[in-house]
Amino acid sequence: MASNAPAMSPPAASRFEPALMRRKLTGTVFYGACLAAIGILLLALVALLVDVFARGLPWLDVDFLTGVPSRRPERAGILPALVGSLQVGLIVGILSFPIGVAAAMYLTEYARDSWINRLLQSNISNLAGVPSIIYGILGLAVFVRLLGLGPTSLAAGLTMTLLILPVVIIASIEAFKAVPDAQREGALALGATRWQMVSRSVFPAAAPGIMTGLILAMARALGEAAPLLLIGASVFVTFLPNPVEGGYTVLPIQVLQWASRPQADFQGVSAAAIIVILALIFVLNALALVVRARLSRHIAW
Amino acid sequence: MTSQARPLTRERPTTERVIETLLFLAAALGVATTIGIVLVLLFETIEFFREVDPISFFTGTFWSASIQPRAWGVLALVSGTVLVAGIALIIAIPLGLLSAVLLSDYASPRIRTVVKPVLETLAGIPTIVLGFFAVNFISPQLLIPLLGRQNIGGFSALAGGIVVGLLVTPLIASISEDAMRAVPRGMREGAYAMGATKFEVIRKVVFPAAISGIMASIILAMSRAIGETMAVLLSVGGKPQFTLDPTESVQTMTAFIASISLGETAQGSIEFKSLFAVGATLFVMTLALNLLSGWFVRKFRTAY
Repeated sequence: MASNAPAMSPPAASRFEPALMRRKLTGTVFYGACLAAIGILLLALVALLVDVFARGLPWLDVDFLTGVPSRRPERAGILPALVGSLQVGLIVGILSFPIGVAAAMYLTEYARDSWINRLLQSNISNLAGVPSIIYGILGLAVFVRLLGLGPTSLAAGLTMTLLILPVVIIASIEAFKAVPDAQREGALALGATRWQMVSRSVFPAAAPGIMTGLILAMARALGEAAPLLLIGASVFVTFLPNPVEGGYTVLPIQVLQWASRPQADFQGVSAAAIIVILALIFVLNALALVVRARLSRHIAW
Repeated sequence: MTSQARPLTRERPTTERVIETLLFLAAALGVATTIGIVLVLLFETIEFFREVDPISFFTGTFWSASIQPRAWGVLALVSGTVLVAGIALIIAIPLGLLSAVLLSDYASPRIRTVVKPVLETLAGIPTIVLGFFAVNFISPQLLIPLLGRQNIGGFSALAGGIVVGLLVTPLIASISEDAMRAVPRGMREGAYAMGATKFEVIRKVVFPAAISGIMASIILAMSRAIGETMAVLLSVGGKPQFTLDPTESVQTMTAFIASISLGETAQGSIEFKSLFAVGATLFVMTLALNLLSGWFVRKFRTAY
């Protein structure tokens, strides 16, 4: 390069320089656009949170948390929706933990590379992409009508479990795959059967990842409401729901109901309910971090 | 695997086989779910098509489920859905891809500590909250002052599309970031050695190499946008009409299903059955998009 430089005519060199300037300028503009993009997202997020908190905080007090819905905004409360969400969440947690872990265990520790196992695997990722409201249609046909559970929080919990399972399974598969093979070989070398190896050696090592995935999936379930619209969670519930009979509602549906009313006061009540949901999701996310840190204390590789 | 106390045998203990069977059943529950969804949609849709002509269903552009005269032209709902999803993508593609580039190629630790939490928080917000944001902020504070009260109402495809765009941006960002990170460093360095600027490396090396993953993320985002219910239910207004005007009130397929189940519709009535036909249409559309996205992902995995 250096030996060619003297041969290059000065005009050519001076033509090259502005081009470089322009190319670098284009790069700077692009970098600016990237920063602007994240700036817009940050701004939208801040606007959303400020709007919700400004509207909702004045309505948020103990009476709101312990009261029942009312036609008068100043007397409206969310206790039935809160209890309904906890019932649904409890059912989802109790069912999706064992089923999700067992499915992930089979797919990572037992399944050979056969067509049926490949089908199971690809089916789970396809299920994760099915719109949530379609699960509502399934739940309506199977749990509400076929099994005759009616519009109850039990039917809602079962439907939500089917919706959340693919998420739990995918997270658990990741957790199992992250356990090094030495852990398995060590157990097998000591004469463990496959189940002893999986249950006592691999599972404890994968537990932090599984629990984190489960808690985050529960946070998703808490904010999800579309399928429950079909499971009858739309009634005006002024009593604490019984899981096996009568009506029920959950927090996001309560938000929807209040937000659909024209009065400004009900928008405030709705925002207060949103603050409660966001707070619960925040707690679950924090819990996921703590659980991960606690359970992985004894794991080192 | 064998001790001296136990005779050498290829037979595994019964409990081992029982456990394996139980685990297999858990994994197979997913297949049962899929079969359940397909059967329910299929049977109820066939019931619906006993009363409504399928050809007029798929080609009609006028939809009226509860008000006489009834009309079952699903294109009115499909157009509303595609309009909202289209607006969402117009917003989410630039925002998502630029955020992904920021994370994959410009990421100084300081930038990461801003970008990651913003995207993760956005991804974690329940979609009903975004619907609330559309009705209480995007429409009255942004769209109406900008476009004028005579041009846009409190409920519009635009307001719904904007919040659905915010909703799917983290999805595009995270999958595209993975795809861009998967581009080998050597390819970037080769381009730098040829004298390319950072922007030229991104545009002419990283982007083309990651295009399969980027396409997969966009298609997946489209599928999510089409299937989104709660954000749309509150914000788009619920008036089924065949239009591509973003300032109009529209009805999406998901919002229609939700509104039928919210109302006092008698089970077994024709409106109630239409819910399953619309659900089947939605399911087929999202399934096609998900399979297409999966095809792009496999292509991108085998690239290097």
